[in-house]
Amino acid sequence: MVAATERRHQPLISVHEVSRIYTLGEHRIPALNGISVSIERGEFVAIMGPSGSGKSTFMNIIGCLDRPTSGTYLLNGYDVGKLSRDALAEIRNTTIGFVFQGFNLLPRTSALENVELPLLYNGTPSRRRREQALEALRIVGLADRWHHHPSQLSGGQQQRVTIARAMVNNASIIMADEPTGNLDTKTSAEIMELFVRLNHESHITIILVTHEPDIAAYSRRLIRFLDGTIISDEATAAP
Amino acid sequence: MISLPVITRISLRALRANKMRSGLTMLGIVIGVAAVIAMLSIGSGARQRVSSEVASMGSNLLIVVSGSTSSGGARMGAGSDPTLTLEDATAIAQECPAVLDVAPLHSGTAQVVFGNQNWSTVVMGTTASIVHIREWQVGSGKAFTEQDERHANKVCLIGATVAEKLFGSLDPVGRVVRIKKIPFTVIGVLEKKGQTLTGQDQDDIIYVPITTAQKKLFRALVPGMIQFMMVKAISTDALDDAEQQITALLRQRHRIGQGQENDFTVRNLTQMMQTAVNIARIMTVLLGAIASISLLVGGIGIMNIMLVSVTERTREIGIRIAVGAKTWDIRLQFIMEAMTLSLIGGSIGIILGTAGSVAVSRAFHLPTGISPLAVLISFGFSAAVGVFFGFYPAYKASLLNPIDALRYE
Repeated sequence: MVAATERRHQPLISVHEVSRIYTLGEHRIPALNGISVSIERGEFVAIMGPSGSGKSTFMNIIGCLDRPTSGTYLLNGYDVGKLSRDALAEIRNTTIGFVFQGFNLLPRTSALENVELPLLYNGTPSRRRREQALEALRIVGLADRWHHHPSQLSGGQQQRVTIARAMVNNASIIMADEPTGNLDTKTSAEIMELFVRLNHESHITIILVTHEPDIAAYSRRLIRFLDGTIISDEATAAP
Repeated sequence: MISLPVITRISLRALRANKMRSGLTMLGIVIGVAAVIAMLSIGSGARQRVSSEVASMGSNLLIVVSGSTSSGGARMGAGSDPTLTLEDATAIAQECPAVLDVAPLHSGTAQVVFGNQNWSTVVMGTTASIVHIREWQVGSGKAFTEQDERHANKVCLIGATVAEKLFGSLDPVGRVVRIKKIPFTVIGVLEKKGQTLTGQDQDDIIYVPITTAQKKLFRALVPGMIQFMMVKAISTDALDDAEQQITALLRQRHRIGQGQENDFTVRNLTQMMQTAVNIARIMTVLLGAIASISLLVGGIGIMNIMLVSVTERTREIGIRIAVGAKTWDIRLQFIMEAMTLSLIGGSIGIILGTAGSVAVSRAFHLPTGISPLAVLISFGFSAAVGVFFGFYPAYKASLLNPIDALRYE
């Protein structure tokens, strides 16, 4: 019980002295150099930095797609840095949703089935899968297009499907890597407003990587990366 | 863990997305399974045919042949030296407990004439025992009797081929044919037996009483001499005993001293036929083995196409892993895909293979040997091919790094 009590006071994400070093033959290429950062539940964080600054590596580790070379990463108080491949898959499935720049939807598969995808891997019965997926599509405003294939949807609509997929099993974190990189300004604004709404209404923690200050401006906290370290971490004015 | 209906749906969709490719891959398995089924059933059909040949020869048979003469260093072959007599045959029938019946035989080739038709055939002098030693039914008329033998009556029993060649559609029974210009009355026609394994027509034959043959047709050098005899043992197990008893009895009757060679030969016909059955069995295994090579090649085709598919769908695999697919979720998906290919291919192959072997057995008048077991085994085998050749690509897919997979173009 003591551990549980302690865990209640843990931040959602707690990264301590995390390094990630890639080994390419003889060469050791450090991508992250002992960074420490905490993110609380319900935050909306933007991460900026030039290419090669380590922000993608950081996102991969936070998103449980990669493991740190050294240091600890506590998610909900659990040390996930040392979990097995399948244990990480389960955490991604239940806790984290991903939104990618390139959408990454399955081709020749309806929006509904794309949104259902995470639920296939956790034993949700088919009727519940359908209900949850339809609900997620309704939240992102695509309820009437559930049967469309990705090729029949616009870029903005595809990104909405991706967001629906990210939140379909009540993920507590959505990780978005340049979610508006392929979209025009107007659509980008719509997508960002959707993120803001999810953050406000559903209290989903949103971590967003972007190059554009306009997009970063939607967040309430901005972390800047350079050469594998955090060079600034500050609160921004809410829009 | 992902559920079976879901995984099946995913597999079918993936296969439908590449219809041409899936079809061609299946074709490999179709040909493989069809070849295995066709070869096995044709092989077992041939084996059944050989077995029925063995049965048509008459079961538990021994043949005792006279010894050979040699003149000027050239040995003349079995039966050329007449050492067996009618009395030997009678003695074997009476004194050897393992022997059920004996038919002495004395034969030659003769021209047979009926009306304006003539035909050259084998004329065999024998006793009435021959029909039940060879398990041969008399179709119409009757066999000759001991009385015919005693009086050396000029009667004959003719095979179906002879009947057809000489009489056509006429009923031969009661008509008179001339064998070596001597008139013989046809008293019966034997039922059709067909060809032997070596292609000899068993129905191209005429049986006459042995006494008639010896006195009127093929005069023996020594009266009472016969060329060979057919012996029926009381059972298959008694064949060896019968062989030993006959050898011992004949050596004694022919006064052959210790260390001297036999002047006769005992052949175990059933054993020879059994060898033929074994050869047919070996052929079946051999044909099946060759056919399974094509199944193997089909399996390699599946593996090849699955490897291509895994590479092409790297991004899809990355997405699935990112949203929470575990190692075995990915593996099962690709194994299931390979299995679907091989099972659909296998089912079509079973249908084609069965149809093919029915066609072949019709064309060559072989009995069909398609057993449900062979079909079941083929089906199971093609499933196994899917799992076996699908595993490596599936294994490769499951080990993909999701970060790299998601960036894959």
